[in-house]
This record gives sequence, structure tokens and C-alpha cells, in this order.
Amino acid sequence: MIGFFKSRLFWISLTIVIVASTLPWYVSGYILGLLTVAYYFGVFAMAWDLLFGFAGEVNFGPTFLIGVGAYTAGIINNQFGISVSMCIVIGALASVVAGFVLALPALRVRGPYFGLTTLVAVLILQNFIVVFADLTGGEIGLTIPDVLSIDAGVNYWIALGFMTISAAILYGLSQSPVGLVLQASGQDPVQAGALGFNIVKHKLAAFIVSAFFSGLSGALLVFYFGTASVGTVVDIAVGVQVIVAAVLGGRRTVLGAALGAIFLIVAGEFLRPTGELATFIVSAVALVVILFFPGGFLGSVLSREARQ
Amino acid sequence: MNSTATTTPVLEVRGLTKRFGGLTAVKNLSFDVHGGEIFGLIGPNGSGKSTAMKAIMGIERPTAGTVRFEGHDVAGQPAHKIARQGFGMVFQHSRPLNRQTVLENIMVALLPDSLFMLFPDKALTERAKWIADRVGLGSVMHRRPPTLPFADLRRLELAKAIARDPKVVLVDEPFAGLTLAEVATFSELIRSFRDEGRAVMLVDHNVKSVAALVDRVLAMYLGEEIVTGRADEVMRNETVRRVYLGGAIETSARPESNFADKVPLLQVENISVHYGKAQALENVSIHVHQGEFVSVVGLNGAGKTTLFNTISGFLPYSGEIIRGGEKLRGISPAHIAKSGIVQCPETRELFGEMTVRENLDLGGQHLEPAEQAKQLEWLFELFPILKQRQGQMAQTLSGGEQQMLAIGRSLMMKPKILILDEPTLGLAPVILEQLSKALEKLRQTTPITVLLGEQNVTFALPHADRVYVLEHARIVWEGDPGRFAAEAGEGYL
Repeated sequence: MIGFFKSRLFWISLTIVIVASTLPWYVSGYILGLLTVAYYFGVFAMAWDLLFGFAGEVNFGPTFLIGVGAYTAGIINNQFGISVSMCIVIGALASVVAGFVLALPALRVRGPYFGLTTLVAVLILQNFIVVFADLTGGEIGLTIPDVLSIDAGVNYWIALGFMTISAAILYGLSQSPVGLVLQASGQDPVQAGALGFNIVKHKLAAFIVSAFFSGLSGALLVFYFGTASVGTVVDIAVGVQVIVAAVLGGRRTVLGAALGAIFLIVAGEFLRPTGELATFIVSAVALVVILFFPGGFLGSVLSREARQ
Repeated sequence: MNSTATTTPVLEVRGLTKRFGGLTAVKNLSFDVHGGEIFGLIGPNGSGKSTAMKAIMGIERPTAGTVRFEGHDVAGQPAHKIARQGFGMVFQHSRPLNRQTVLENIMVALLPDSLFMLFPDKALTERAKWIADRVGLGSVMHRRPPTLPFADLRRLELAKAIARDPKVVLVDEPFAGLTLAEVATFSELIRSFRDEGRAVMLVDHNVKSVAALVDRVLAMYLGEEIVTGRADEVMRNETVRRVYLGGAIETSARPESNFADKVPLLQVENISVHYGKAQALENVSIHVHQGEFVSVVGLNGAGKTTLFNTISGFLPYSGEIIRGGEKLRGISPAHIAKSGIVQCPETRELFGEMTVRENLDLGGQHLEPAEQAKQLEWLFELFPILKQRQGQMAQTLSGGEQQMLAIGRSLMMKPKILILDEPTLGLAPVILEQLSKALEKLRQTTPITVLLGEQNVTFALPHADRVYVLEHARIVWEGDPGRFAAEAGEGYL
């Protein structure tokens, strides 16, 4: 842990964060807006990597956790007019509860069934939103009266600060003794059990932490947008993007996931002039990285260091 | 070490039984292990020894029976609870955390099962260092596992298992993949666990490899105990010898000079194979003539399956494999199989949810319909039971019938060279007789060439024209089956 503050990774991260925090003084509001969304996505991807990279469980439904947090926060703000910060906290807690309820039975099933369970959860949530349109705004989306801020710079700083703090916590957790146990459980559950670790307990805890950050980030995102819709926070396609971002950035690196998310969103935007091709190009790049550098951006660098 | 017999045992196993569906893997097993004793649990593949160990450790939940540790029953508890009470297990396959150092890997084993251990404890680091030194990892403790040789990875497994000072240490195949020199060092380490007063239980395929190490041995077969005693007594036991070697051996070899081809049909020349860092085959050379029946005998883990998988094109190797003057290197497994070298694998690999007939038809897929029908008819003559079972799902067959189906499916491909890997695995004697007859019929009535891998010498020798003995990744003997008993039989078990 102390070693980390002396490591190259720490200084590089610190430099990037400092440089990133100066952006509002010289880049356009448009780019700031783009990066704001990218940072929230970065947290989604990091939270997902905690499950996939460390606990070894593929959660195909990151948007279930994100969506519950986002919609809960949005709905209570819409219905009861509770303050934004309270809504966000309640949204995150709702996501934790939902995550717990989902994970408890899902972790009992082995292999691909965990992933399938999480996938089904997304579909259920999506249906719920459409069916209870009075409450949720249905397919049109939910209008949220309050926003975080109307200033692009402030929104950007909130997102950057939130991502930085989340990254510090998630990365710290992944490198802590608890993170090591989690990693051991993910890699070889039988052996971890024989070493005296309650696998289900550790994985459940990871799921809850992942749910908390996903929900928190989802709630922040809807208060940035001022609206919540299935297409932005629940749709399977959004979940796929989160997964691709995490894998692209590097499994088991946490920080890589944030890089992957920023890359995906920024690249998608820069390629917008190519029209329909944009998605295709980004997907192709993602596919190439996954096929030829399965460790992802950061994973490849780290494993090269491990071999030295 | 027999003085310990008077003290109360650390581990008392009574009536341990484990059933998987209809299969009873462990049947009513009872034994004691004392502190300061090394106890060996041995048996051929499929005898249930590993399942027994897993049931003790809580990795598999026992169906019945008790496992008393220092007087109280732990049977049925999950592995992590049993581990915390004083059990450590050394796994055969290691999957260390590759991005952490050796020291950190050992530290993981020392951590409490708590969700709130966020900062490492200095005392734990010291203890981990001490353990690293203890197992001989002192000089490499700051390196990461991918840079270590195989033996050091095994040491890391030992380190993790003894980290929390367990009273019972379970070791799964202690010497798998190690060189002879390393075996000596590891034996020393395991002895030192005993001398510290721990109860050590080893699981291995055969008595020979652990004979020098163990104080007492329990030999098991088909889930049941055969005999318990000192290693030399167990090795002399008639039933044990029959299980491993079979009974009286009859041979009917045709001399090698009978086979007309000057250049053998299949030549395996100096092949070596590695699994990661473990050497599975070392400079192995064998040859098989057209129409010859050749047996490769060796205990489990000797490298038979590896040899066959190499011939079938599944594994990278150094050396050459030549068939009819043509090198097989670079040809895909599918092509090798289609060209007539067909392997019937040890694990059978049947399509469980397809019928017997569908399994067979898949084997005969590339034949013309008329030819396929003819081959099928011939096959049903060889294995009449398969004809009766045609419409039944493969997974519902008995073990013996499944084996016949596996061989039958291979034969449907009209192989020129049939590779049979351990066809007798886990089968009852009466089935062996039927398989034996079928093989004899193949030998008498068809021009087929057979390469048979077996642990069961009684089954392998009668059908062999020539025999190779594979031991510890190397061919140690080659010759006429008639000379096997005199020259190689003694050292085999």
C-alpha cells in the first residue's frame, strides 16, 4: 500500500488527474460534456472489473445495478422533490439492496448461469420501467426536475472528482488483503476454500461494493443529464459498452477499466463524422484488442512488468 | 513411527461414503491418521482416493460417514470452516496469483477470513518470510510466479498449505511432474511436516512412488479399501497385485520379425513434451508395425495419455512422429484422425445425451451409406450389447457398455491404427473379459494395428505382440510380453 505512493503508476495517475482538472479553462463545453459522461462510464467499468477481474464472475447485467440506482434517484426526486444529494445516496443504497437480492441466489449457481441470471435481471428491470410508465416515464424517459449544476465546468469537476475518488477506493480495495483474497477466490475457488476463505461471502461483498459504485454513478449521471431513459442507463447495449470498456482497458487492473471507458466514448464521438461506421470502427478496435491483447491496455503493460 | 499408535488419532474417518447420482465413488472407508505419521491413500485412477480426500477436506460433501478431527465430527462442513480448524491441503495443480510476488501469495494463505482486513499486518509478512525460507523459497520470495521453475511452484503450494500451521496436511500426488532429485527434496520436506507432529495424508496412484515416505498405506479400488498396512506389506498383498498387475499372465505374442514391413507403420522418434514447466515425456521413441498390437504399460501419470495425445496431434512436441514415411508434424488432429489414426480416449468422450446409435453414426459419418451399414453390422457382431442398446442415451449406459461404445465409435471410423487409452479404467473384471475377447477377435480377423495404453498389465499383455514400459515420462523397458514378468514386472508396482 505504501509502496503504491512511490510507484510509477501513482505518479502517472496523479499527473493525468491534475492535467484533466485544468481542462475546463481551455477546452469547449462540448468536449467537457463528453468527458463528463465518459468519467461516469469509467466508474461503471471499474465497478464491473471488481467483479470480473477479481471475483471472477461475469456480470452481464451491469446496467441492472446502474439502472436501479439511476431510476430510484430520479423517481424520488421527481415524486417527492427530495434534495439531489439525498436522492443520490438513496439511489446508491437501492442499488446495493438490488445487488444483494440478485447476487444471493445468483452466486449459488455455477458457471455461465451466474451471467445469465444477471442478464435476465436487466430485462426484468427494462420491462418494469416500460410497464410502470406512470412512475418511470416509460419509453419516453423520466424528466428530473433538479440537476447537479448548469455549469459545464462544475459538472465536469464533479465527474472527475467522483471518478478519482472511486478509482482510489476501488483500486485500494483491489490491492488490499481483502482484494487478494477476492482475487484468489476468483482464480481458484476450490483452493481458496481449502485455504479457509468463505468464497460466497467475499464474492457477495464484491458484488455489493460494485453495486454501490454503479448505483452512485448511475444516479449522478441522471442528475447530470436531467433525464433518465432506458436507452442511456438500462439497455443491454449500454451494459455491453461497460463490459467492452473494462476488457479493453485491462482485466484485473481497475484503473484500466476507466481508461477503456474514456477511450470508447471519446473515440465514438471523434468518429461521429463517419456516421453509422463509427460504432463499427470502435467495435472492430475493441475486437482486435480483445483477440490479440486479452490483457487489455493496462493489463499488457502490467503482465510485461510481472515477467521481468 | 508406529509408537504413535497408542495415542489418540488426530483424524478418524469412519464409514466415509460419497455417491454421485448412481455412482458410488467412495464406499464405507474407515481409517485413522495420527499426529507425526505419514499415511498414504493409494489406488489406480477412478478408485475414489481423490474423492475421499476431497470429502475429508469438505470440498465434496460426504454422503455418509464421519470425519472426526481431534474428537469432533467435521463431516459435511464447508471447506473453509474445516480449513480454519487445522487442515491444510496441497493441490496438485497450482494457480498462483501471477501479479503478486511469492511472498504475497504466501501471505494470502495467512489472512483471516474477514472483509475488513484492509491493510497488511507486519507480523504476517514476517511469518510469510519464515514460511518461504522453510520450504526453500527464501531466495525467490520477491519474484513473481510466472518466472519460477515448476518445482518452486510446487513449493509455493506446500507453503500455502502449511501457512496456518495445520494439524492435518493433505497432499494430492506429491511428486507429480517432479524430477528424481526434486522428489528427494520434497520427500524431506514432507518428512519434516511429520516430524513437527502433523498428521500427513498423501494421495497417490501407486505404492512405489510413496513407499519410502509413508508409515502406513491404505490401498483402495473401486471406492473400497483393499488392505491397510506398511508399504511393503501392501505391495506384497495378493489383491493389490491383482488390481495393479492382474492375475496370472498369459501371452501370445507374434515375434516382431513376423511383420513384413521393413519400415514400421508408425514411428515415434525422440519426442519430448512439456506441460508448462512440467516434463510429461522425455525422449520417448516407439514404433509400431503394420498389423501389430503394441502395448504401452505404465502407472497413472507415467505419460501414456500424453504420448497418445501427441500422436493424435493435440500437443506441441519436439522430435518426430512419422507415419508411413510421412511426418505428422503440422497436420491437424482432425486430419490425423481422418487419415486413420483414431484414438479412443481414456475419458471416453461420448456424447452423453445422444443415443448409442447416434454416437456410432457420428463415428461412421465419412463412410458411404452402404459401407457404413456394413461396418455397423460388423460392429454389432463384435459388441452385441450395443445392438440391444441402440436407442438408449449414451449417458445411461453402464461403465462397461460406455467403454464398448467408445471403442465402437472409434472402430466406425475404420481406423488403420487404433489407439486405446486405458480401456479398463474403473471397470469390473467381467467386463474386462468381454473387452479382452473383442480385442482378440480384432487381432485374429482384421488387419488393424492397435496401440494400447494400460496400467492393468494382465489386460495389456495377452493382446500384445510387443510391450513398452513407460515410467516417469520415459520408456524404461521394451520387449516381448513373455519376458515382462521376469524383467520388468518386479519394478513395476
